[in-house]
Amino acid sequence: MGKLKELLEKKTFVVTAECGPPKGADRGIIEKKGGLLKGYVDAVNVTDNQTSIVRMSSIASCAILKGLEIEPIMQMTTRDRNRITIQSDIFGAYALGIENILCLSGDHQKFGNHPQARNVFDLDSIQLIQTVKMMRDEGKVLGGDSIEGIPKMFIGAVENPFADPFEFRLPRLSKKIRAGAEFIQTQCIFNLEKFKRFMEGIVEKGLSEKAYILAGITPLKSAGMANYIKNSVAGMDVPDEIITRLKGVAKEKQKEEGIEICVETIEEIKKIEGVAGIHIMAIEWEEVVPFIVKRANLKINLP
Amino acid sequence: MIIAERKPFDEIKKMILPHKRVLLVGCGTCVSVCMSGGEKETKILALSLKMATRLEGKEIEFFEETIIRQCEWEFVDELIDKIKDIDAILSLGCGIGVSVIAERFPQIPVYPALNTSFLGFPEKQGLWVERCGACGNCILHLTAGICPVVRCSKGLFNGPCGGSNKGKCEISKDVPCAWQIIYDRLKELNKLELLDEIIPPKDWSTERSGGLRKIIREDVYMI
Repeated sequence: MGKLKELLEKKTFVVTAECGPPKGADRGIIEKKGGLLKGYVDAVNVTDNQTSIVRMSSIASCAILKGLEIEPIMQMTTRDRNRITIQSDIFGAYALGIENILCLSGDHQKFGNHPQARNVFDLDSIQLIQTVKMMRDEGKVLGGDSIEGIPKMFIGAVENPFADPFEFRLPRLSKKIRAGAEFIQTQCIFNLEKFKRFMEGIVEKGLSEKAYILAGITPLKSAGMANYIKNSVAGMDVPDEIITRLKGVAKEKQKEEGIEICVETIEEIKKIEGVAGIHIMAIEWEEVVPFIVKRANLKINLP
Repeated sequence: MIIAERKPFDEIKKMILPHKRVLLVGCGTCVSVCMSGGEKETKILALSLKMATRLEGKEIEFFEETIIRQCEWEFVDELIDKIKDIDAILSLGCGIGVSVIAERFPQIPVYPALNTSFLGFPEKQGLWVERCGACGNCILHLTAGICPVVRCSKGLFNGPCGGSNKGKCEISKDVPCAWQIIYDRLKELNKLELLDEIIPPKDWSTERSGGLRKIIREDVYMI
């Protein structure tokens, strides 16, 4: 059993963080990012060509992290692979010691550096979850053939509590859990009130008993970044108060204020019923993670 | 219907430039309705090509003929009398029309004047939108008549994804989120329970991925 699953089963409040692989073959970059996070978080997500920009594969990056004794969570999108490669990659990943998978559909290729690419989406994220579960629990691939060496993945999924239609987010999350998701990492939370309502629904429906909910957090570097996320990233909800607050301090102090907001948000989230941990997505700002973890008292035994 | 639009003029001109006697063939069905390859468009294109090639000092003769459909032998056969001494055919039909003419008259080069775009309909005057992906395995009964294969940018079967925002798709504020529409319509029909079901991975073998598709109906098939 992987470390992440073990900690969650022991009801430990876990911390995971996201790590973006390099836009090239430089393993030093992933080693450096891993080194920054090691000891401060319980597991590290590695993104899968996020925003459709070509990067080192999630599998290879996860294997490098595993070599550094960091627990990896392999993100896998269905954008670029059909069901054959998906299952083949899952075999390969598990053989390399990767025990956690996060199933996503993936950002549309329009946003990346190859907008001409044909997307695959042979499966969607829910079908991917079902596939990983079938491989693990039935020992079969989707086509029905038996597996030689079952990949016993701990299965994760994502949910964006802020996408529309809001009232269908819970039923859809419930579908993901029914399909086999055991842990959920949410989209970045800036609108705490809306997230609280979302969590109330989760608890009410008993979903937090069926899957571990990790609340997504992104530290904002500046008012400009907050504005960008609010206006240009689909399905994101950044309340005006946050932007006003960042604008209210001098430019060189905005990073510090962003961290402060992030720490306060974590403090609030810790009090919300049903939340099993925090997932920090510090976009190309991994070095801030240890600082946030310490400031928010997320872990007791720090290195 | 099949929606197509005319290729850029220079691209068409380049195709026919090596020829002396070119027959433009319009189609009276789908591409007439979407105003890209009907009788009127055929006349205009013939005239424009005549003028443009003459300006370049080329002596090319253009002839034109619009048939009811380029996708049925009986109508395509009407061209038999028209192709004597013709050394190229420029079809203003969709990709099917071009292919059928090429198959019927293998001795003459056939060129496409249109880009075949999609299966759709004119939502408004001058606005054509896609509605069917011809995937060969319809699920519209599960999605309130809204096709997620073509109307969801990712073609997801269990949407909406996290990019659905105020009814719009993440790829553009001009693109409605198909799954929002599906949700709204099912809600109105009091059939939201349909969304509880996980739609399983699709059998794409009935789509293009399965190779050349054909349908044989034994009751009407004649060898």
